[in-house]
Amino acid sequence: MSEIAIKIEGLGKRYKIGTLKRHDTLRDQLAYLVGKRFSRNGNGNHALSRGLPASQAMPDSASDTLWALKDVSFEVKRGEVVGLIGRNGAGKSTLLKILSRITDPTEGYADISGRIGSLLEVGTGFHPELTGRENIYLNGSILGMKRAEITSRFDEIVAFAEVEKFIDTPVKHYSSGMYVRLAFAVAAHMETEILLVDEVLAVGDAAFQKKCLGKMGEVARDGRTVLFVSHDMPSVGSLCSRVIVFEAGRPVMLPNANAAISYYLSMNSAERTSATWDVEHAPGDETMRITRVEVSGLDTAQTESLWLAKPIRLAMDFTILKAGMRINPVFAVKNSLGVLVFSTANYEESSWGTRHYERGHFRTVCEIPAHILNEGKYVVDATLVQETRFVRVHIDNAVGFTVVDEGTTRGDYLGEWRGLVRPRCEWHTVQANEGEMPRDT
Amino acid sequence: MNSELAIRNSPPSALTTLRIAPSKGWVSLKLHELWEYRELLYFLVWRDIKVRYKQTALGATWAIIQPFFTMVVFSLFFGHLGKIPSDGIPYPLFSFAALVPWTFFANGLGQSSNSLVGNANLITKIYFPRLIVPLASVFSGIVDFLLAFVVLLGMMLYYGMAPTLNVFWLPLFVLLALVTSLGVGLWFSALNVEYRDVRYVVPFITQFWLFATPIAYPSSLLSQPWRTIYGLNPMVGVVEGFRWALLGTNTAPGPIIAVSSAAALVILVTGAFYFRRMEKTFADIV
Repeated sequence: MSEIAIKIEGLGKRYKIGTLKRHDTLRDQLAYLVGKRFSRNGNGNHALSRGLPASQAMPDSASDTLWALKDVSFEVKRGEVVGLIGRNGAGKSTLLKILSRITDPTEGYADISGRIGSLLEVGTGFHPELTGRENIYLNGSILGMKRAEITSRFDEIVAFAEVEKFIDTPVKHYSSGMYVRLAFAVAAHMETEILLVDEVLAVGDAAFQKKCLGKMGEVARDGRTVLFVSHDMPSVGSLCSRVIVFEAGRPVMLPNANAAISYYLSMNSAERTSATWDVEHAPGDETMRITRVEVSGLDTAQTESLWLAKPIRLAMDFTILKAGMRINPVFAVKNSLGVLVFSTANYEESSWGTRHYERGHFRTVCEIPAHILNEGKYVVDATLVQETRFVRVHIDNAVGFTVVDEGTTRGDYLGEWRGLVRPRCEWHTVQANEGEMPRDT
Repeated sequence: MNSELAIRNSPPSALTTLRIAPSKGWVSLKLHELWEYRELLYFLVWRDIKVRYKQTALGATWAIIQPFFTMVVFSLFFGHLGKIPSDGIPYPLFSFAALVPWTFFANGLGQSSNSLVGNANLITKIYFPRLIVPLASVFSGIVDFLLAFVVLLGMMLYYGMAPTLNVFWLPLFVLLALVTSLGVGLWFSALNVEYRDVRYVVPFITQFWLFATPIAYPSSLLSQPWRTIYGLNPMVGVVEGFRWALLGTNTAPGPIIAVSSAAALVILVTGAFYFRRMEKTFADIV
């Protein structure tokens, strides 16, 4: 008796960019082959028409291939509701397509125990000329339901979709709302041990979405195993007991659902307040590596954005693998336009500033005084410099943060405060009565 | 209802574990899985039939018009003007008895060749044995065939021609036409996914094939052993079989039919394996 519903081991999917480009006719194919032979640079114009943005994908430098999914290994226990989140093209949907056997993996395997049902897109196979009743049977059988099963759930489906009056009308006369309601209803009433769900909750009006969410919750409480892909964090948060973030085709495992969701959100705003690597994969070389960079306020409660009237703390964890070198950590702070606002290093820190390091893990913290940075978004580069001259490790845009004007240092002025920096300058004003005044006219 | 209970009550140990892994090269046909999905086949055939003549003014009459007018044209040009022999059968009946299975074959071929591309939205969204798709398009032509067949019976009545006892062999020839249509359709539908040239090739090949099959003329124009070798075109066996079973032509088509059946089986089996081999890439490139 197995407690594991889905076991995924080293799963990967590689797309040939040639296939993605679609050679619709033999002529195209020939033209492509000839072109490939005669041009040394085959990487020039890959139109990634299959929804894999180039920035997300990992182009295999050796050839015209791209791993949409790579090194995916995890297990899902029976009855678990697992959320898959990540940016578009990060591999979530490719994973669902492999698990639902629509497409073959390139490497690795997945063991699935139990009947699997998928809601990858509602209304698949609906035919506009057929009536609602006919489409329920057609769609149900396409989704893998037996006729008896559909019949037994028919009334429930119709009631859920709220289309009783139109059940014998061809669906081409349905409003788009009725159409998706019916489509979702059929899919949601499948009885399988494992359910794969991709973005289907983004249908219909607010009321129906709520109903769909309720149905999903019911499915989850039923003890069925669910893999749920969504961009809607509130529904992921409320439905899923575990959340896996996908980043460029690889899953990122985080201890709990909330950590995963906040990781995704910080990733999504292109601004993560911390970045962590394990020692083997951390940026650096065989002598030293940076394993963590973090930005925070002095007051730990405020993580999302930092106040310009409070100090900001930059922290760096690094590991020295080869003893005997003088090392200095350096931070560079750039604004949203990429302008370097300032850089700072610990050259003046007593003893550590000139220290020759032994092997070990170290943490350095740099405090940016309050009233330095103006409002806005910033990114931080982290660097380790050897002997004050050689850049040994450099991480561009390691972390980011937003400085917010909390309003305590601007008097009663409410407009935009211009300038790259925002020092709180000392002002002294006096009345000077010497000298002649022009005559008041 | 029963299935639901069965699922709910079965202990997890009874669940079958399915391994999803890369498949390489030639793979099995998985006919048992095809059987499990027979209800889907039924519903797809039913959908095709139900929808086929929706929003047409003449409706199912089209199933008759097509072979019937081809017969009229053939009778005029080949029978009346060209004086082509017809094994002692009135020429219109002679050609129509061939055109009925031919139309079934040609339509089935056309439909199945385009079936995967036409059902791309299904293929990229849901898993089911892909063989179902071309299978359903060939099967759905049976209704059209039956309609045309009724007209053929009417013509036999008109010409005062009673079928012989050989008529009991007729289902075999229908099956032969179906197998040929499906076999070629499997090749073309799989090729069509990658090469949309197929869309232009199929009408051309069908036209060529029409004249390479003894529809407007009898195969008895050929002498042995060429006549038997002619059977390598499986439609020769179908057409000669139809005439023999219905009209009692005394052409002893036995050897032709044997050759045709063998040829059709080869096309079907190779087509099915080729289809299964290409199947794993369908969703990625269709």
